[in-house]
Amino acid sequence: MVTEDPAAPLLQMQGIVKHFPGAKALDGVDLDVLPGEVHCLLGQNGAGKSTLIKVLAGAHQPTAGTILMDGQEIQISHPVAALEHGVATMYQELDVVDGLTVAENIYLGHELASAGFTQRRTVASRTRELMARLGHPEIPPHREVGELSAAGKQIVSMARALSRDARVIVMDEPSAVLDSGEVDNLFRVVDELTSQGVAIVYISHRLEEIRRIGDRITVLKDGVTVGRNLDVADTPTDELIKLMTGKNVEYAFPERPGVPQDAPVRLEVTDLSLSGVFSDVSLSIRAGEIVGLAGLVGSGRSEILETIYGARRATHGRVQLDGKSLRRGSVGAAVAADIGLAPEERKSQGLLLDEPVYRNVTLSSFARIARGGWLDERAEKAAATEQAEALDLRPAGVDRAIRTLSGGNQQKAMLARWLVHGCEVLLLDEPTRGVDVGARSEIYDLVRRLADAGTAVLVVSSEIPEVLGLADRVLVISDGQVVHSGPAESIDEHQVLDMVMEGSAA
Amino acid sequence: MSEQQTPSSPAADNPTKHRESSRSRLGLSGATVRNLGLVAALLLLCLVGFLTGGDRFASVQNLMIVLSLASVTGVIAIGMTFVITTGGIDLSVGSVLGLTTVWASTLATQTMADQYGWIVMVGCALLVGLAAGLINGVVIAYGNVVAFIATLSMLVAARGLAELIANRRTQIVNQSSFESTFQGDLLGVPKIVWIFAIVAVAGWFLLNRTTFGRRTVAVGGNAEAARLAGINVKRHLLYVYGLAGLTAGVAGVMLLARTGAGSSTNGLLLELDVIAAVVVGGTLLVGGRGTIVGTVIGVLIFATLTNVFIINNIDSSVQQIARGAIIVAAVLLQQRFARRSTS
Repeated sequence: MVTEDPAAPLLQMQGIVKHFPGAKALDGVDLDVLPGEVHCLLGQNGAGKSTLIKVLAGAHQPTAGTILMDGQEIQISHPVAALEHGVATMYQELDVVDGLTVAENIYLGHELASAGFTQRRTVASRTRELMARLGHPEIPPHREVGELSAAGKQIVSMARALSRDARVIVMDEPSAVLDSGEVDNLFRVVDELTSQGVAIVYISHRLEEIRRIGDRITVLKDGVTVGRNLDVADTPTDELIKLMTGKNVEYAFPERPGVPQDAPVRLEVTDLSLSGVFSDVSLSIRAGEIVGLAGLVGSGRSEILETIYGARRATHGRVQLDGKSLRRGSVGAAVAADIGLAPEERKSQGLLLDEPVYRNVTLSSFARIARGGWLDERAEKAAATEQAEALDLRPAGVDRAIRTLSGGNQQKAMLARWLVHGCEVLLLDEPTRGVDVGARSEIYDLVRRLADAGTAVLVVSSEIPEVLGLADRVLVISDGQVVHSGPAESIDEHQVLDMVMEGSAA
Repeated sequence: MSEQQTPSSPAADNPTKHRESSRSRLGLSGATVRNLGLVAALLLLCLVGFLTGGDRFASVQNLMIVLSLASVTGVIAIGMTFVITTGGIDLSVGSVLGLTTVWASTLATQTMADQYGWIVMVGCALLVGLAAGLINGVVIAYGNVVAFIATLSMLVAARGLAELIANRRTQIVNQSSFESTFQGDLLGVPKIVWIFAIVAVAGWFLLNRTTFGRRTVAVGGNAEAARLAGINVKRHLLYVYGLAGLTAGVAGVMLLARTGAGSSTNGLLLELDVIAAVVVGGTLLVGGRGTIVGTVIGVLIFATLTNVFIINNIDSSVQQIARGAIIVAAVLLQQRFARRSTS
């Protein structure tokens, strides 16, 4: 499947090996990047993508292997060296300084100055040029970056790469923080850059994106290149998934057993409003039912979840569980009533990263397990172990720090938290963000099994196919309003997108 | 479910695993290693003390002097360990201690104590300390004021109130039931050292064995995660600052017993010694990890250091320099350690 291309590669990585004490993160990775192409890097979590881009960015030194730029061997001994060789990296956590202006961020570390004075006017005009080149002339150079959206920050990060005359830009899951309109703009920018000869190394979990903008694909698995320079157009999804996992399915959604009409209503939300964010949202979920909320980032879907949970105080409206009203704005009341939330930002909102797995699992229930204020760690570990085994948490063992687990297993630990606590209603915000393809199906199965056991589930996801595939019923949210409600089978991705667009235009 | 597993090798997922397992093969946790390092530092200091001071250092009498010296700072350091574990700080403990010594030793309080017993003075000190701590807690947790600023304000205000009450005079304690209860020795050990020991043991159980301790660590480790897990973070912070104020009150009683005088200058700059001891002990300033054992050893290190300098008649200014160096060295070591165990 190796395509012989007449163009000489711009960047080549050959036989890159990276050992950490006791573990091989990379064990012979090859990567050829042509000028002006979008080269996609695919692989599950733990396959070595992050380590590879850190080697390329000069953050890690390879144990063995060579890196060539224009056929010349180069050493990337530190991050500045990477920039000097024309390699810029945009990390997932955008590394912009919120308190500085757009222009200051772009020229951070290589300020244009004469005799110690920054040349404000030159910097401003060059910044304007860069922003125009990136299709965002409306972002002024003197705007503080903290005021920009995630998409805006990404543009600033890209402008910084361009200001350094980057020839290769590595983008680590750039679309993860964007909604679909912003993704379109990102792709337009990528097209623009590649037409100017800049090469993009694009990392994403989303295959449909790769299909849209990618030229060639390199697949990593367990620190080894298992697919080299595959042509995006000619390689079927099946084959890519197989290379990554050895499996045939993209997303395998569990069967819907169907919710009986006489199943009791668990969660009833009436005219819930949060001023300025969403208004008059009503929904009800029966025991055993999975309801999905589809909508763009910023449509208010996460806020709806958080308001039901009491993490935000509703302006008006009512949340009832099994017919009983919950106190407004009280997480404690929601948790006591057995409502659980797996938040969007697992690491910053969900987990105590340095604490062992079992303490994360029992974070909501240790006080219940305790006797008269005295912790019962043995019982906690037993409860956590039981759920960890039931959920097939890997690696097994609940004493290790949760930081060392993969995204999918951290998510399972979040679910285990509510299983140990007991939960009537489960609110899932982006349940598969940062979860690799293989572990996704496990999460889906798990959610369905919970529903089958009588839990009412409310799912929010940016990925419309996920909402449609997993949920029994779908609510489409646009601009803080419910614009559609109906069975998931009777609507497709296209229609959902349509409604979402239409709603936001109105 | 098993056929759905991800086939990535666990070793590649997790480069830190090897190191963890090699440490666990020795049967030592990270906390144990850190504490052993502190004990080694303390022993080294004792060796220096013995070599330079001989029998003047290595005597039971001197040991009791060191322990008495450590006790007042130590009790507050226990409370401060909880505050710092939540990721906060309490700068007001020194001046709150001063206020409690003044309030508990006014003529009025002592007169009442003559009538009802020492409990009046002790109750007064504890209540004043607790109240100051709770005010800190309310301002921080419910007023959303940064702990640094809130407790800095309390530092200034409590000192002012103490001056007002004492009229800038030193109030001598001559209440007999208080003196007989808290001064002197019990089983050859000063009573205030016993109080320190009791508070330290209670603090250890509170931090490591109770839901209160678990909440403290959770709030410091990730306040948002704790909140979304259903923990009442604000209320817990209120309790923790209240606890710190209470320990300042206990320390106030101990200082009254040791010096026999209430004064608005009591505890001046004590907060710095306390914070230094807690941080040197291994409690993370960013929160999420706290150690009572480390704090106790940290307090003992500074008390021993002071003692060694006094025995050798070295200028206290030199001692200040040494303290500064020790704090920086301890934090540098901690950071190296933290990097190695998480990289």
